[in-house]
Order: sequence, then structure tokens, then C-alpha cells
Amino acid sequence: MAEKKKIPLEFEKPITELYDKIAELETLSREQNIDMTSEINAMKNRALELETKIFQNLLPMQIVQISRHQLRPGTLDYIQLLFTDFVELKGDRVFADDPAIIGGFAFYQGQNVAVIGHQKGHDTKENIRRNFGMPNPEGYRKALRIMRLAAKFGFPVITLVDTPGAYPGLGAEERGQAEAIARNLQEMSRLPVPALSIVTGEGGSGGALGIAVADKVLMLEYAVYSVISPEACGSILWRDAAQSEAAAQALKLTAPDLLKLKLIDGIIPEPRGGAHNNHETAAQNIGQAIDVFLREYSRQNTDEILAKRYNKFRNMGFFK
Amino acid sequence: MSVLDWFSKQKESNAGRRAGRLDIPGDLWVKCPSCAAVLYKKDLEENHKVCQNCGHHFRLTFEERLSLTADAGSFREFAAELSAVDFLDFEDTKTYKKRLEENQRKTGRRDAFVCGEAAIHGYPAVLGIMDFSFLGGSMGSVLGEKFVRAAERALEKKLPLVVFTASGGARMQEGLASLMQMAKTAAAVARLQDSALPYIVALTDPTTGGTTASFAMLGDIHLAEKGALIAFAGPRVIEQTIRQKLPKGFQSAEFLEEHGFVDAVLDRQEIKNHLAKILKHFVQPAEQR
Repeated sequence: MAEKKKIPLEFEKPITELYDKIAELETLSREQNIDMTSEINAMKNRALELETKIFQNLLPMQIVQISRHQLRPGTLDYIQLLFTDFVELKGDRVFADDPAIIGGFAFYQGQNVAVIGHQKGHDTKENIRRNFGMPNPEGYRKALRIMRLAAKFGFPVITLVDTPGAYPGLGAEERGQAEAIARNLQEMSRLPVPALSIVTGEGGSGGALGIAVADKVLMLEYAVYSVISPEACGSILWRDAAQSEAAAQALKLTAPDLLKLKLIDGIIPEPRGGAHNNHETAAQNIGQAIDVFLREYSRQNTDEILAKRYNKFRNMGFFK
Repeated sequence: MSVLDWFSKQKESNAGRRAGRLDIPGDLWVKCPSCAAVLYKKDLEENHKVCQNCGHHFRLTFEERLSLTADAGSFREFAAELSAVDFLDFEDTKTYKKRLEENQRKTGRRDAFVCGEAAIHGYPAVLGIMDFSFLGGSMGSVLGEKFVRAAERALEKKLPLVVFTASGGARMQEGLASLMQMAKTAAAVARLQDSALPYIVALTDPTTGGTTASFAMLGDIHLAEKGALIAFAGPRVIEQTIRQKLPKGFQSAEFLEEHGFVDAVLDRQEIKNHLAKILKHFVQPAEQR
């Protein structure tokens, strides 16, 4: 990703400006042979402080922007960084293959697993091929096909969630987008192998949930998970898409808020400045969470796992 | 004649046209949104809110649906006490709390789903009915909980589950918790699937969003009321995405039948008989009292 020019997000600008200046000074000191170590170190400290401060005070809508960052690592990046011998499986065996969801078998530190995830692109061309990570019914049916194979062979299932939502298109409706998602929810609720879901970027509504009914649902620190996009919510409830900030605030879509509501099970920390600035560290942190999960669940029997999974979702909701 | 006269003349003719129209008192007459016929409200209601002219099905409230479906006096409601809480302190142009109060006052119900045990031409079943007039039939925590209790009651009493859907989708004012009701209800259907009890869904206008993408599309048998809109994404969202007009009849009950997602498209008056015919395959009618 280093070769791609990064366009900073609005709130990142003061940080990148400072780092640019540091780079300038470093070049200058090298070329002119002047010792500026103390100045440079002071500036580095300042940059660090600034970055920490900015990232501690992010508004929900700014976190939404990070979660959608074009250079944010996606499923393929994590597969490459965390798993070995990935064997991709394509197609739903009924209609087509959907490049917006990828999946297959792999090894995580020598252990068999199935990995399934939404896939966006890091550039426009790839994004168009992947339909911006918005699956058609075939994507959900392929995911289910892989999950059933995983169940057959006794492999735990790991899903990585990163989608604006299921695709609202003509063909998608014709071929039963709703049925495909509903079927996945039903089948995942009783899939007889351990299942872990990690929201790595955008958890966009039913399109995200369609592969995220799992024993443990975790979120990366700057991922979001919501019933509706803040823009759409703003335009429906406030009748103004520009009210997305207010909507993002009201929807409580950030990882800390959702953990407080007990709608997710944990948060995976991101490297300083967000996962898009350091794919490797983000992957390592995810790896640790997978490790903990596999260790905990390999000891449990299937009936116990299924009963707990049912009760986990059975108990979600607030009423009197 | 000055240019201005043209305008005054037009105004005059507009006014004339308006005067020529029927002066319709709002509560006595209804205009059919499909064929534009003006219908006498009492006639319309006697015809179960189906347009006598073109057969357009108007939406029903819970009470109207119940009286068309369950045998008179057979309905025994349960979980009626559940009501929603504004746990996010959600406020858009109004607070969620306020919206709930308004809708409760308007409908006389606590939320958008009512469930109970009932008899349909003598056949016993657990019956759930969604009411679109309550906050657009949106699925929040109460709906999810009541649906699950209905499924659990069906399991416990070994009864079929019959659910009428009418919903705009998940209830945004409950944030992600409303999305999770999709998983919760689908998991409850999975438990029913593991038993030998039939789960029958009757899709009515409109059934969209998270409701369609969860328990509404998981029935053993799907019935749909004529002309009902049944969709994942609403027509407006799709039109905005693909930037073209949708073909006529897209996402209608008939369209879903053609594409293999619905077993029968029925006239409103036929549904009860059809349900009874299905139930006959699974349960014995209650003894005649």
C-alpha cells in the first residue's frame, strides 16, 4: 500500500502536515549535513501527541470515514497477512460467482478454518469489479455454501465484515436478496461449528449481518456497525442527508457504544492513526483475537456452543 | 389584451375547474390510489377495504386483519404487556419516546405486532399480525421478542405458526439492536424448522427491509395478498441506485410468485379459507363447541 498516494481525511491533515515537515527537515539535515536531531525529535513528539489527541476525540462521523477509507485493509489483505494455503471457493452453484464476497479454506497457525468476507477494492477499477463490497444474493449463497462445507469438515468459520450493505439492484431483488440474507441468518444460528465474526470496516445493515451471526462478534476500534447508513438515516428521519452527523451520533454505531449496549462482544485495537496506516499491526491484532477465540472454542462441545449462540441473540433487545 | 390577462384568465379557469369538482367530505369518501375511483367509505369497509372498481387492496389495521382471519372470539392474546423503551434517547425531529406515545394513542396498541392463540375455521394456530399503522410496522426489540415468544408458544403447544407481515423494515430509533432482531427472529424460526410444526407467512402490503430479510422469507409456505409490495430494498432506493425507472409490477406479490418466492397470491377474502386448507394437513380442528 505504500506505493499508493494517501489522501488524508480532513481531520488527519494537521497530522500529515506535521509529518511532511519532519520529512523535509530530515532531508535538509541530511543534505546540508546539519544536526537537527533535537528539533526533529521535538516535532515527532508533538506529532505523536497531536495524533493521539485527535484520535481520542473523533466524532462518530469521522470514525465512519475511517471505516470507509479506501486504503483500509480488507478481507484479501487479512487473508494474505494472517492465513496460509488459502483455497478460494467461487460461485453459489446456482447462478453466479459474486466478487463482493470471497471465501474458502485456509490454515490459521496450522489449524483448518473457513474464511469468508466482504471485499471492496483499494482503487476505482477494483471497486467496480467488487461492486464496492455490496453483495448480490449469489454472494450470500456462496457464503452459505462455504459455511456448510466448513460444518461438514468441522472447520471453525471466521467471517470478516466490511460492506456498505447488500446491493439494492434490480437483479438482486429478482433473485431474492431478502431470502438469501434471511436463509443465512437462520442457518448461521445453528451452524454446528464455532463461528467468529469481525467487523473490520463498515458493518452496513442486513448486508453485514448476513454473514455475521456468530458465537463472538468483534469490531475493530474504528469500524462501525449500523442498522442504516447515517446518510440514509438523516434523509429519512431528518429529511436531510446533510444531517448525517446527527444521525451517526444518534445511531450509536461505534465500537465502544455497541460494546456498552452488549450488542458486540469485544473491540480489537487498531494501530495508531488507524488500520489504513499500518496493515501489518492491524492484522496482528486481529490474529490475536482469532487465537483467543480458537483456543476458547476448540474445547467446547457443539450442543453447548449452539445453545449459547441461540441465547446470545435470543436475549438481544430492550423492552419493558 | 395585455400579457397579464393571460395569467388572470388561466387563474379563472383553474378556479372554475376546482369548483366543478365534487366537494368530498374527508371522512365519507375515499379515492382509490390505483384507479382513482371515488369510493363510499362504508361500502369500501364492507368490501374488506378492497376497491369495488379495480380490486386494489387497501392496508388493514390489526383489528381488521384479525376479524378477517380468526374465528370470532377465538383470539387469546399473549405478551401484550411488552412495550418499547427509548434506550438510546433517540431524537430526530421528535424523540422516539414521543413517537411511541403518539402511535400507541393512535392505534390503541403498545407496538407493531400482536400475537395470540386463535382458531382459523376451527383449526388451532398461533397467530401473529403486524400493524403497518404503528410506526410503519417497524421491527424493534418488542417485535423481535414477541415473534420469538410466538414461535416458542407454537413449539410448546405443538401448534402451527401463522404470521401476517406488514413492515417498512427495522426500527432505526433502536439502532443496531433493531438489526439484531433479524438474527433473533431467524434463530427462532430455525428452532421451529427443527420441529415438525408448519410456519406459514402471509405477506401483505408492504413488507420490506429487515422484516423481509429475516422471518418473512423463512416460512415453509408463503402466501401473499394481491398487489402487495414485497421487497428487500424499497423501489425509491433502487431507482436512486440504478438511476432508471422500475418496470411496472416490479416487487409486487405477483412478481415474487413468478420468481419463485411465493406459493400463492390471493385475494384478501380468500386468505382465511386458504389458510384453513393448509392447516388441515397438519392439525385437527378443535372440537365444535
